[in-house]
Amino acid sequence: MKTETLPNTPTNVTQSPDLPAAMKGADLLVRSLEREGVEVIFAYPGGASMEIHQSLVRAGNIRTILPRFEQGCGFMAHGYARTTGKASVCMATSGPGATNLVTCIADAQMDSVPLIAITGQVKQEFIGKSAFQETDVFGMTLPIVKHSYLVLDINDVPRIVKEAFHIATTGRPGPVVIDIAKDVQQEILKGDALKKAWEAEMDIPGYNPNPRANDEELIAILDECAKADRPVIYAGGGIITGNAHKELLEFAEITGFPVTTTLMGLGGFPENHPQSLRWFGMHGCVAGNWAVCESSLLLTFGARFDDRITGAIAKFAPDATVVHIDIDKSEHHKNKVVQYPVHSDIKYALKRLTELARERGFKAPSIDPWKEKVYGWHTEHPFQYDQDCPHIQPQRAIQTLFEETKGEAIITTGVGQHQMWAAQFYQFHQPRSYVSSLGLGTMGFGLPAALGCKVAHPERQVIDIDGDGSFMMNVQELATAVMEKIPVKVMLLNNQHLGMVVQWEDILYEGIRGQTVLGHPENIGSPDNLDALYPDWGKICDGFGVKSRRVWKQEDLREAVREMLDHDGPFLLDVVVPYTEHVMPFIPAGASARDILIKTPSK
Amino acid sequence: MRHTISVLVENKFGVLARVAGMFSGRGFNIDTLNVGPTHSEGYSRITATVKGDTQQLDQCIKQLHKLVDVLEVEDLDQGQFVARELVLVKVEVNKESRPEVVQICEIFRANIVDVAHEALIIEMTGNQNKIAAFLEMVKPFGIQRMARTGTTALPRTHKIEL
Repeated sequence: MKTETLPNTPTNVTQSPDLPAAMKGADLLVRSLEREGVEVIFAYPGGASMEIHQSLVRAGNIRTILPRFEQGCGFMAHGYARTTGKASVCMATSGPGATNLVTCIADAQMDSVPLIAITGQVKQEFIGKSAFQETDVFGMTLPIVKHSYLVLDINDVPRIVKEAFHIATTGRPGPVVIDIAKDVQQEILKGDALKKAWEAEMDIPGYNPNPRANDEELIAILDECAKADRPVIYAGGGIITGNAHKELLEFAEITGFPVTTTLMGLGGFPENHPQSLRWFGMHGCVAGNWAVCESSLLLTFGARFDDRITGAIAKFAPDATVVHIDIDKSEHHKNKVVQYPVHSDIKYALKRLTELARERGFKAPSIDPWKEKVYGWHTEHPFQYDQDCPHIQPQRAIQTLFEETKGEAIITTGVGQHQMWAAQFYQFHQPRSYVSSLGLGTMGFGLPAALGCKVAHPERQVIDIDGDGSFMMNVQELATAVMEKIPVKVMLLNNQHLGMVVQWEDILYEGIRGQTVLGHPENIGSPDNLDALYPDWGKICDGFGVKSRRVWKQEDLREAVREMLDHDGPFLLDVVVPYTEHVMPFIPAGASARDILIKTPSK
Repeated sequence: MRHTISVLVENKFGVLARVAGMFSGRGFNIDTLNVGPTHSEGYSRITATVKGDTQQLDQCIKQLHKLVDVLEVEDLDQGQFVARELVLVKVEVNKESRPEVVQICEIFRANIVDVAHEALIIEMTGNQNKIAAFLEMVKPFGIQRMARTGTTALPRTHKIEL
């Protein structure tokens, strides 16, 4: 059977007629990265990694982008990897450089991102001696990697790089750490030994990344589909990482079943498709949540029954027969015990389901009463907000951005209310367009991720929709945007609060503020109190050399958004919004979708 | 419930830490852990005994399978298997008690591997029940030190009908 070439799979790995007579370890590393097709590295240098930077300069084939903080380079690599599906490389020095990457690695593990994190390590003679800038990166990252290497032998360098890219990108993708000692970077390998090291094949016999469903399993699913009266397709991030959106569309159309995605799966099914119930979960669409809750057949494709999706697991789709197709066997029965666990690559499974349906003359069941019900809910309860507010609500700002970009931009976000509103009021019709830290929920993700996305997709608009809390966490990357000439845009929804925590305080803690005010506690800035706004984002942007504009009146909003989009460099649009908005709907933790709160409870 | 897990791994840097971390990260306390090379070069077998509920263990085994350096994972309690453990125990003796201890060793087919006036070191191999019974017998004499290998095990070739 013919399969598509996987991203980063080297086509001609062993041939290298022009291998020099001798090579330094660092040069060998860079050469190995080139062999994997790496075009960009996001890297912050230091004592234990500067050899590699020198090699990058010497080779000159890989664009090396300097962030202003190691976490910045990690999340830039996220943006690059999440929007291309290719492995992306970030690099830092030993000790603090490496620990600053840890959050990015954990984030990649949670959201299945093919991230290659290279860290310099102190010389072998200093390992274990509490040397300057020494940390046990290998040990420290064990629980948050797909795999990791400590490189202590120059002969292993080319093979390890080859294995790392293969492991990161195949199966369920994930982060791979390569910790490489400085003396290995400096050592010289010559002649036959060099040739042998360069041509070494991968040696990972325990790794079998391509499970495939068998036909009996799939036929059993089709039989369930044929007799379903309340079916729903629940599509997760696996659709996107598995490049299976076309296969999903085809399968959905031959069955006619309603489709709802997770946030990880956003864009995996076009949200303007008549069968779409957009996305569901804690702040998701009412119809999607109710449909899943009342379903009799739940077809779960590349998803993992996360607690933000299921709420109280016992009350999640209580009457449904559940099908769960996933490439990661350990996800089966982990959170939800299901009737049909299928261990398979999702692209293959969906393609084969459709083929089998055609071959066997599958007849879609008649589910008109069910459709009438769920699409009725969908019409009745769209994502909405109060139209009478005199100020610019964050939802309106995002809606306007959606209209002005025709839904074609790549959107990144920080974490919090704005992240949810971005998913609600921007609609995603293609995969790899909503880039967000969803599993780990890392604030500060938005700006560096946007830079990585823009580097990978210079032809597309890339906009970081951010909150003033999240944005501050990696604000230093404005310098990277300027110096590396990466024209990303930031739509900053400035409410002077940590909005999501404020919302929970309002609902659960009688509105008592526990360190959730970002401005002056005695004089909080707002659209009605512009002088008190803190900090002055315009001045910060001036300092970085980034063009910016503050907007607070509804009548100026559209034109301001236009100005941001039309500007040919980085741009920050400081949108002053009221902090009183709540993200609705909301399923309180531990509740069932039946208990979803549709409107803000009156205070 | 007690489980004996057998894990065939590539003998690579950090593999024991990965496997042990997979148990501890899921709240399993490892009762015994045994690691040693196999007949094939480059491979080791890890045998761990753990206590935990079956569904959690099922999850743990799947997670072990995901580790790149792991080739096989087997919950031996799913079938029949042979399990052995070796214990070295230093028992306090004197002129009067020594013959009695030696006699217990004979009954259990244990070997005395070191003799001194005041103590014996005894080597004993068996399954956990046999070892427990033996230790119970020598305990009154005074156990000074003890070292155990932990269970090592292999599945039986043919199932024995009981």
